[in-house]
Amino acid sequence: MSAAPVPPLPVSAEAAAATGAGPGNATGTATLAAAPRPVELRLLLKPPPPRSSWRLVLARAGAMCTVELQKLRHDRTELYTRAVQPALWLLIFGETFTRIRAIPTGGIPYLDYLAPGIIAQSAMFIAIFYGIMIIWERDSGVLTKLLVTPTPRAALVTGKAFAAGVKSVIQALVVVVIAALLGVSLTWNPLRLFGVAVVVVLGSAFFSCLSMSIAGIVLTRDRLMGIGQAITMPLFFGSNALYPVDVMPGWLQAVSKANPLSYEVDALRGLLLGIHAHLGLDFGVLAVAATLGVTAASLLLGRLAK
Amino acid sequence: MTTAPAAGDARTEAATAGEPADEPALRCTDLSYSFGATKAVDGLDLEVAQGEVFGLLGPNGAGKTTAIRAITTLLPVPAGKITVFGLDCARKRMQVRRLLGYVPQQLSADSGLTGRENVELFARVFDVPRSERRARVDEALTAVDLTDAAGRLAGTYSGGMVRRLELAQALVSAPRLLILDEPTIGLDPLARAGVWDCIAQVRAGTGMTVLVTTHYMDEADEHCRRVALMHRGRIRAVGAPSELRAELAAQLGADPERVSLEDVFRHHAGAGLAGADRPDEGGDFRDVRRTRSTAARLR
Repeated sequence: MSAAPVPPLPVSAEAAAATGAGPGNATGTATLAAAPRPVELRLLLKPPPPRSSWRLVLARAGAMCTVELQKLRHDRTELYTRAVQPALWLLIFGETFTRIRAIPTGGIPYLDYLAPGIIAQSAMFIAIFYGIMIIWERDSGVLTKLLVTPTPRAALVTGKAFAAGVKSVIQALVVVVIAALLGVSLTWNPLRLFGVAVVVVLGSAFFSCLSMSIAGIVLTRDRLMGIGQAITMPLFFGSNALYPVDVMPGWLQAVSKANPLSYEVDALRGLLLGIHAHLGLDFGVLAVAATLGVTAASLLLGRLAK
Repeated sequence: MTTAPAAGDARTEAATAGEPADEPALRCTDLSYSFGATKAVDGLDLEVAQGEVFGLLGPNGAGKTTAIRAITTLLPVPAGKITVFGLDCARKRMQVRRLLGYVPQQLSADSGLTGRENVELFARVFDVPRSERRARVDEALTAVDLTDAAGRLAGTYSGGMVRRLELAQALVSAPRLLILDEPTIGLDPLARAGVWDCIAQVRAGTGMTVLVTTHYMDEADEHCRRVALMHRGRIRAVGAPSELRAELAAQLGADPERVSLEDVFRHHAGAGLAGADRPDEGGDFRDVRRTRSTAARLR
């Protein structure tokens, strides 16, 4: 590999002369130009080989997840602050309603019943933030720069969705630990925990894409923040996270049936507590929702690029 | 891993990447783009030769950024309007993007990542194989003189360092056409010089073509081999800065040493405005005054 030194392209001598000849060049760049650094640009002459389509999508998802993890490693503040709310829900709401016994849970303590709902909730809150993040990235030029790379929009959105999923899984882990400390008897079966991770990733993929789709429609951060506030609570209360569907009025049951969060919670309850759940349906609905979300967000991303 | 031909010959590699030697690095043919009723780019014709540093100049709102967005495949443009090394931007979008390095106007490095991680991200999204990622990122960081600061969060960098970091991000994929949108905007003179020094060094080392937009005429004069003066979506004059200055000096009977590129721009923008947009007002009072004030400043 070390055989031939990089052949200087024919233009380089002329350019060096041209840049060196400018009269103003003597001032600012003199110190730098006086000591030309021996810059070895061997690899920067070779464009990397392209990847095939499905490997490209995987690679982009990997890249986005890596960035998310690296950021989290540098600054864990978000991890801690985001743990406060689920902890309060479990501690205050959970402990209180466990004593009141007002909500029929099918024989298990209310705190146990609530824990999967809170995991789903905190994952959703993280994912909903991705729309605001993508607008921020648009405004700061990061998105534009990513869109000029060989990354199809769908791959970029999929990458972001996966990154939201990874971040949510870490958050879910924190909530699982808090719940365990409060005495909730959760499963430690690795296969079931893996299932939990898949459910959380799919759910977060959907909610992050929902948020990015809305970002593509409203285009400004201020509007999106209002909408984000307006939809997260209804999504949470209009699901089975806090109470079973059976005790809801008919119209709310309909909302809950159309709400992917309900399926996420149902799957999490089934996996973590070992109670009866419609796992097949839940996984199916979440997978379809995530796919639709990626499609919608990819189509609307173009509006952010303009 | 990769079937590397004879020890990384730059031009062999470039040719395999679909870069015919006789095609210009960039060609825009009658490019137009409107935002609603506003014509941002209006019949732009532009050709950038391989290996040159080309400046696209103009005031704010001249259409430079829109032109750049069209070239970088971000705006939907009909086929046949823009080619990059002979590849049509509308049809071969992904292939064109692999030839492009792009640094937007805003400070776009991620402040929550270290310098190295920022560059690594772009190595990943350009499919740099894992085996050479580290070496390539090192090389890009060295090229912009950020090796020592690579482990620090980009949030702690100065403006000039962030710009150089962004340059490294663009370089890591070995682009053939580097597009810089207002690279020195908002920087102090020393940092500006550092950024230009970096650009010159990298260009000399790689032979890549550089397309740069700026509204600092003095910088363009100093660092660009050729410039195009853009105003209201159209190119008003193209050529080497010295040629353009000499031309105007001869026209006005002024001392060529005292004619700046800004004067050239003023001259062409004025004439262009009157000629193209208001044909009946050619040579009106404003036009005369503009020419006179330019001439008066130069004598």
